[in-house]
Amino acid sequence: MPRDTIRGKVAVVGIGETAYYKRGQSPHSEFKLCLDAIRAAARDAGVDVRDIDGFSSYSDDRNDAMRISSVLDLKELNYCVMQWGGGGGGVMGAIANGAAGILAGYCDTVVVHRALAQGQFGRFGQAMAMPVAPGEWGHVMPYGVLSAAQLFGMRITRFMHEHGVQQSALRAIALACYQHAQNNPRAVMHGKPLTADLYDQSRYITEPLHLYDCCQENDGAAALILVAAERAREFTDKPVYILGAATGSAPAQGATAGGISYHNAPDYATANFKTLAPRAYRMAGIEPNDVDVVQAYENFSGGTLMALVEHGLCEPDAINHFFVPENLTAPHGKLPLNTSGGNLAECYMHGLELAIEGVRQLRGESCNQVQNARIALCIGGPLVAPASTIIFGTDAGTNP
Amino acid sequence: MTDDTYLPRGLPDPVPSPEGLGTEYWAATRNHKLVVQRCQDCRTWQWGPEIICRSCGGEKLGYEQVSGKGTIFSWQRAWHPVHASLKDAMPYIVVLVELADAGKVRMIGNLLGDREQPVQIGVSVEAVFEDHPGDHPFTLVQWRKT
Ligand SMILES: [Zn+2]
Repeated sequence: MPRDTIRGKVAVVGIGETAYYKRGQSPHSEFKLCLDAIRAAARDAGVDVRDIDGFSSYSDDRNDAMRISSVLDLKELNYCVMQWGGGGGGVMGAIANGAAGILAGYCDTVVVHRALAQGQFGRFGQAMAMPVAPGEWGHVMPYGVLSAAQLFGMRITRFMHEHGVQQSALRAIALACYQHAQNNPRAVMHGKPLTADLYDQSRYITEPLHLYDCCQENDGAAALILVAAERAREFTDKPVYILGAATGSAPAQGATAGGISYHNAPDYATANFKTLAPRAYRMAGIEPNDVDVVQAYENFSGGTLMALVEHGLCEPDAINHFFVPENLTAPHGKLPLNTSGGNLAECYMHGLELAIEGVRQLRGESCNQVQNARIALCIGGPLVAPASTIIFGTDAGTNP
Repeated sequence: MTDDTYLPRGLPDPVPSPEGLGTEYWAATRNHKLVVQRCQDCRTWQWGPEIICRSCGGEKLGYEQVSGKGTIFSWQRAWHPVHASLKDAMPYIVVLVELADAGKVRMIGNLLGDREQPVQIGVSVEAVFEDHPGDHPFTLVQWRKT
């Protein structure tokens, strides 16, 4: 049976966020946002920021560990890792990589961080700025397939075709996220409720994705602090343990997410969790029905739906019946989803805000608290490769 | 010139990869021929082009002509312009076509005709060659219902 794993050996002891802004609205540079989130997470943990000695990020984060460690005057820099992959697919993998560094003995106190200032740098919702389309991209971009929604949307269409998924299932995800955001003063969409009519009347970005099916574009930063489980109670009386994690993809998912080999993957209509989810559950020693609350990355609602199905939380033939707002909303839903508002309605902090909300739920501190939440599943970047998933628990030692 | 192409000029032009992958394909489309990379040892088709055969690991790869017939495997209709050159071209239809005679190889193109036409997965289509003249001419493969 299983080799030794990270299960229960590393804990999240601090979480930190800046204020969240609409794209281009941050008064601060991206690097300043990054520093602010890290210092907030250290404060939350009661960790002297100078004791941080490890860094983990993803998506080619621009805020590099050497500059951060220099400006924060850290005593030692012992670990700095970047998860491969361009989108938010690697977000939960970055947490898992941080944990691996601690378990391996490379470092003691890791910060996982992500910052975005899309006003200062490029926008996600526009075409990549490329003068020519080389190789993989030459078979895609000249046909107007340029943005993330366009690169990944046809997988959603194929999935909906294969399983007879109705638009109402995608709509339910958007409605649940927006409903949760109304109780979350940090959420960019706080005070901007969404109704089924508003959704139905909203314009398409690319069919079948309406405006409200697509993540926001935001500025801000988020960070969380990891230490070994045996040290966790030095810092907090509510440690949140990592029970299981997996990062990667199904076979042959393509050389570039969205390039032509991506569209020739043998299994096309996948969010990329069919191999990862069983691995993470096995490591955690839990079953899908043990999950109390889910924070699942919405680049696009259809991908979120596919990710939840691939995590065994809904059978494909039950999708239209199950995906209704009542089932997805706290406190009484069967599967409370994205209880802070998620990428759609809280903030697109590239999914790290979802992991933070998972931690908040297990501390009992959410704006949309699920009663007695003990297991939180957090899922990164569906439809891309590598994707990643992580399972947090309140209890390090015993099976639920 | 712009009226002859489904999308206006201004999108990134296709070029082979820095390793040269795709050179034969783009040369063939200039002659209005659709070709797909194929392993000369195990006869497996593969797309996009790669350095070795994904099936047998062989290094003897060639390009072979196919009929240009296929079916719509998936599709999208883009409504939001994400590139300056597309502002007056919305909406447009993108199809992912599974070729009829090249294993399960899939190619992306635009579906010609009414931009607001209904689109269904499984519908038969055929390749149409769309020339883009200029200093660095190239030819795109588009699709129309049969
Ligand atoms: Zn071969």
